[in-house]
Amino acid sequence: MTPDALPARRSRRFAAVAGPTRVVFLALAGVILIGWALVAADGGQFLTLENVVGVQQRSAALGIVAVGQTLAILAGSLDLSVAYLISLTSLVAAETMAGQDSGIVAAIAAVAGVSVLVGLVNGLVITKLRVHAFIATLGVGLIIKGIVDHLYDGPAGRVPETFQHLGYDRIGPVPVSALLWAAVALTAWFLLSRTRYGYRVYAVGGDVEVARLSGVRTDRVVIVTHVLCSLCAGIAGLLLAARLGAGAPTVGTDGGYDLESIAAVVLGGTALAGGRGGVAGTVGGVLLLAVLDSVFNQLEVNSFFKDVVRGVVIVVAVAVYARRTGLLRGRRA
Amino acid sequence: MRRTLPILAVLAVLLAAIAIANPFFLEPAGFLGFVRRAAPLVILAAGQYFVIVSGEFDLSVGSLVTVEVVVAARLIDGNEGATWPVLLLLVVLGLLVGLANGLVTTLLRVPSFIATLGMMLVLSGAVFLWTGGAPRGALSEGFRMFGRQTGWAVLILAVTALVVVLLTRADFGRTLVATGDNERAAALSGVRVNRVRILAFVLSGASAVVAGILLGGFAGVSAQVGQGLEFQAITAVVLGGVVLGGGRGSVVAAMAGALTLEALFTLLNLYGISGALEFTVQGVIIIAAVAAGAVRLPFAHPRRSKGDAHAAS
Repeated sequence: MTPDALPARRSRRFAAVAGPTRVVFLALAGVILIGWALVAADGGQFLTLENVVGVQQRSAALGIVAVGQTLAILAGSLDLSVAYLISLTSLVAAETMAGQDSGIVAAIAAVAGVSVLVGLVNGLVITKLRVHAFIATLGVGLIIKGIVDHLYDGPAGRVPETFQHLGYDRIGPVPVSALLWAAVALTAWFLLSRTRYGYRVYAVGGDVEVARLSGVRTDRVVIVTHVLCSLCAGIAGLLLAARLGAGAPTVGTDGGYDLESIAAVVLGGTALAGGRGGVAGTVGGVLLLAVLDSVFNQLEVNSFFKDVVRGVVIVVAVAVYARRTGLLRGRRA
Repeated sequence: MRRTLPILAVLAVLLAAIAIANPFFLEPAGFLGFVRRAAPLVILAAGQYFVIVSGEFDLSVGSLVTVEVVVAARLIDGNEGATWPVLLLLVVLGLLVGLANGLVTTLLRVPSFIATLGMMLVLSGAVFLWTGGAPRGALSEGFRMFGRQTGWAVLILAVTALVVVLLTRADFGRTLVATGDNERAAALSGVRVNRVRILAFVLSGASAVVAGILLGGFAGVSAQVGQGLEFQAITAVVLGGVVLGGGRGSVVAAMAGALTLEALFTLLNLYGISGALEFTVQGVIIIAAVAAGAVRLPFAHPRRSKGDAHAAS
């Protein structure tokens, strides 16, 4: 390869990586525009403060989980246990707080502890026992579900008023929960693009064998990634506990956070096979889903129709990305 | 055969354990009752096997089962004469869903995980949009007979198993495994990779039709009839030693995996493990079974399982 081929190659690589991210934000702008037009034609107001806040509120929990899921998927893995872990951590948080302000710190520590433990188990089962991530995290999810369902029939614990501020308070037009999401996303972005760990995640997700032969301790990367992914689910559990004022054994599964977070990540242009994509796209993907939701709510569309549209949108988006990367690959060949 | 041996051994142990706890299980009626209960999952596992061994996933089967049952109930609405036309319609519907999954996965190159996840959302949304949120109508006796009468259910299962085994022995089965093992090599040796994969998805759709018909008769009409079946089917296939990512595994082992899973549920019930903890035990056993399989594998196939497992998704 001649040296002057390199910049061209890099720009193409850039197009492949940045492409889907740009597409998802363009799609987001498009949906906002169309939504605004449709709602206006319906005689309503779309870009009201209430709506903008609503979109952020709705997307915060899914957004935080999806950031963690992005890490897992980039590393060539995936995590189906997040929904159950969210339920579990919401209960752990509410039970530890028990309505007392003094319990908040202990509750956060307990949630972090539980999340790290679950992430470790996920990572170790995948790397050391060599169980496919799909089965490993599904199995761990079932284990958590069994324990939660065995111990709890309904909401339990109580979250003190001070902590409930996390759920619904806002600073100007920005809810605290959205700030939390932004902080999580920025941290993940920093880890992925500015640290050695981030480069290793891309390397492992791209080709685990090549990464191993290049001296990356691939097992360690996958384990750390799963711990981080579980921590994100734990943070979402804390947020949902703050919103509900209690822990709930079905809050995670009712929200469908497992498959929905994977869908949001893929909608954001991250390749399901790993190694390509990033956090920015995921944020766009989550916002896109939330704006769609908001438009449908305003137009009072049947909730089942929403599912249909959502399914179509996800498949179409990924088909578009597949086409783009296919074209790029074709040009290179 | 060597590959099906471990799962058959596990199945035998579980069946023996059930028989010890409940001697009625050894009588024909008891055993056939178990087979009837297991039939839908075994058939779904056979369908899922084709998709998985070709290197893909089908997450839409659970919602397809629900759709089949709900559509049947609404259209038949207790009218005996409508049974056969509706059955025909159900078959066409299932095949079309499989075809759509296959086309989106191969021609539009959407990873099957996403393609079938999207299909799952579309199906469950569409059917309840149509019925207004809850299942309506009722199934006819003629329809329910298939799932209700042990003889029919066992016969359907036997025929399905025979067809499926013949399919894997035929050219189709071989090219399918070759496709899952190494798509490019298969394509270069003249396999029409896309066509084979599409057919695999169609077969998975067909399996959901049969499972839906059996479950409709057995369990009746509800919005939850197919819930979680996709994960159970995938679990069963993997329990049977079929490798996620494709290229390795036998369909007999996949079906034995489904029987094992069902035997496990039965056993947990018998030993009075409460409903909830059942999930925990199930999770532990799935991980343990797959881990046991994966740990042995490297000696036979050095460093394969990990690589293509990731490439597959």
